Amino acid sequence: MVITRNIRLAIFFAMAPAIFGLANLYVAGAQSPADGSLGERLYLTQCAMCHGQKGEGGRGPTLARPKLLHAPDDDALRNVIRSGIASAGMPGTRLIDAELRELAAHVRKLGRVQPAVLAGDPKRGEEIYRTKGACAMCHTLFGKGGVFGPDLTGVGARRSSQHLRESLLDPAADFPRGFAWVRAVTRGDQVVTGVRVNEDTFSIQIRDVAGTLHSLWKAELREFHKDLAKSPMPSYRAKLGPGELDDLVAYLANLLETK
Amino acid sequence: MKLSVLLLILLAASAASAQVPYERIRHADREPGNWLTYSGNYASHHYSQLNQINRTNVSRLKVAWMYQVRGRHHFETTPLVFDGVMYITDPPSDVTALDLRTGRPIWSYRRNIPQGAPVCCGQVNRGVAALDDQIFVNTIDAHLVALDARTGRVRWDVEVADWKLAYSMTAAPLAIRDKIIVGVAGAEYGVRGFLDAYDPKTGRRLWRFWTVPGPEEAGNETWSGDSWKQGGATTWVTGSYDPELNLLYWGTGNPGPDYDGSVRLGDNLYSDCVIALDADTGRLKWSFQFTPHDVNDMDSNQIPVLVDADWKGTPRKLMLFANRNAFYYILDRVTGEFLHASQFARQNWARGIDARGRPERNPDSAPSALGALVYPDDDGTANWFSPSYSPRANLFYQNVREKGGVFFKVSVEFQPGRLYLGAVKRDITTEEPYGALRALRPLTGAIAWEFRLQSPPWCGLLSTAGDLVFSGTMEGDFFALDAANGKLLWRFQTGGEVWSNPITYQFEGRQYISVASGSSLIVFGLE
Repeated sequence: MVITRNIRLAIFFAMAPAIFGLANLYVAGAQSPADGSLGERLYLTQCAMCHGQKGEGGRGPTLARPKLLHAPDDDALRNVIRSGIASAGMPGTRLIDAELRELAAHVRKLGRVQPAVLAGDPKRGEEIYRTKGACAMCHTLFGKGGVFGPDLTGVGARRSSQHLRESLLDPAADFPRGFAWVRAVTRGDQVVTGVRVNEDTFSIQIRDVAGTLHSLWKAELREFHKDLAKSPMPSYRAKLGPGELDDLVAYLANLLETK
Repeated sequence: MKLSVLLLILLAASAASAQVPYERIRHADREPGNWLTYSGNYASHHYSQLNQINRTNVSRLKVAWMYQVRGRHHFETTPLVFDGVMYITDPPSDVTALDLRTGRPIWSYRRNIPQGAPVCCGQVNRGVAALDDQIFVNTIDAHLVALDARTGRVRWDVEVADWKLAYSMTAAPLAIRDKIIVGVAGAEYGVRGFLDAYDPKTGRRLWRFWTVPGPEEAGNETWSGDSWKQGGATTWVTGSYDPELNLLYWGTGNPGPDYDGSVRLGDNLYSDCVIALDADTGRLKWSFQFTPHDVNDMDSNQIPVLVDADWKGTPRKLMLFANRNAFYYILDRVTGEFLHASQFARQNWARGIDARGRPERNPDSAPSALGALVYPDDDGTANWFSPSYSPRANLFYQNVREKGGVFFKVSVEFQPGRLYLGAVKRDITTEEPYGALRALRPLTGAIAWEFRLQSPPWCGLLSTAGDLVFSGTMEGDFFALDAANGKLLWRFQTGGEVWSNPITYQFEGRQYISVASGSSLIVFGLE
């Protein structure tokens, strides 16, 4: 459970804000899933919420690429859709074989697109990551950096450039399942704020900005507040110029390797 | 002389082998040290009169022993305990007898399940039944197997239904005087549900009640066209029994397909019902439908709890039923008369329940192209996990799932053995689902207290005369509350999700509490 939650949290800063619009698809009626092919309809109802309406990525990785990490062939793809990837928080589905086939075919169709050409310069972006952006204070890359935010190693394989850009501009627009910003005050007046690492009925584990883990019994708290919509990450809207933002996005989007 | 001695020896041998005659189960309340049937007694109170472990000493509860199983699916067993042995099932359909003194296995029955046996929700098993000298288990490939209680050797093995048509069996059988009552699962695949009775000695089928009436039978008119053939209404949770009335009470599941009502116009009897059957003949005495024409997967496969009480000045035989659809019902179990319904959890599928017990449906709760937001979601407010009724506290305890979902209609086509659903679900990510253990006043449904849980639970409840209620969580906590007020008295982190019903028993003068969690069967006793 701890591991699962950690993995979920590990992807929390790099989330796409577009998700909220998608989550409310049924309210906003942005696009009727009843239009289009069976595969597309299934995709829009089952997958788009995390993978983006066109596979651009979101909470889940981008699918708009010819090769998928967990699905090298169509059998594997159908298996992933059927069973999910528990370790990554992806649920399975209860689709019949014909639906699985159609859905997998639609996912492959999403992969037959030209990759977006990014305007920024990854080299300059790397410099911004290390200096002006101060990203490493909270994020780890290839084993180095802070542990408060999620590990960004390989984030380019998991998130679209658009998603990364929107996360930098509006970090609170989307969170992974299980994310919460917590403020707890013990009976001894110790104040702990940070992100939830894990929680059960009786206890909560919190990681503060310094990366320190606090484990608290709820019965021993005087105050306990959870905010599911507050991100501790600052917006880079005012901090970076448009060119700099492009550079940083280009750098992150090119972080494809995991080692 | 010699003949009489021989007769005496034979009688003694027969008594020794008849470990759990019917009369013991019927009077299970007289021997609270044992747990003789799935719900503790035929009235399904899931309550124990044992009080050695009580609110003054429960804080000293420690692990006495553990037994680990190897199955990969949820460990949903409710053990039976009698005469020094515990009988558990573990996934998919295995049975093990454990020595109560040491926790060591005495025998195991291992069943090979055919590759590809389709089950909607995991290859699980919830427990065995015992009668005389045999143990009975339902299997994922839809067989009923009788085992020698002393050795685990198979006495007989009969096919209840064809697993290739997606029939499966996950519930504990119910043993009554001279019959083994078994239900089936498979409504997610468009099977036609039924409840069966078998001869404990031979495995011969004695009767079958189809929960979806065929042509010429009353109720068939509640299904448009031939839709009854895929009508679902399965019987996958163990029911209750009233020996005086000789009536079996059993919950039935969703109609098929789960979410698309357009292909099965009508009320779809006897889906989402409780049915009362004559135990001798399997004939329907009465039925009550909680959710007519269900399009939200509101199986009524919960436990009917039988209570005799004074109802508005008249002593009556009642049934208490906390339904998956978020309403708590009281019925007269002699006639099926509807007496009461009240909401005990969040719901938006119905605007209310009328004076006859029929819901007024909210049309927006039907799955749609743009998505319908429904509370509760298709895991329900209640589910298979057992409630508990404490006559001592005069409270009805129910674990509650507070979780909604968004349901999108998709096309549906019936193919034998394939999923037959009609919608896909999306979770709501903008709010955290949660759970609660609620104590209801049995005759009003008023909530006396609640104990809130971090996540929607899959654990049943045990209440005891020690003034305790036991439950578990999805985060691995197993805990005891004060039965009167819900105050936390004890907790233990088991390290695994708790998907089972706790029980209690007494052995060598000491009371124990047992629960399955993760892949462990854990037994707790006082230090």
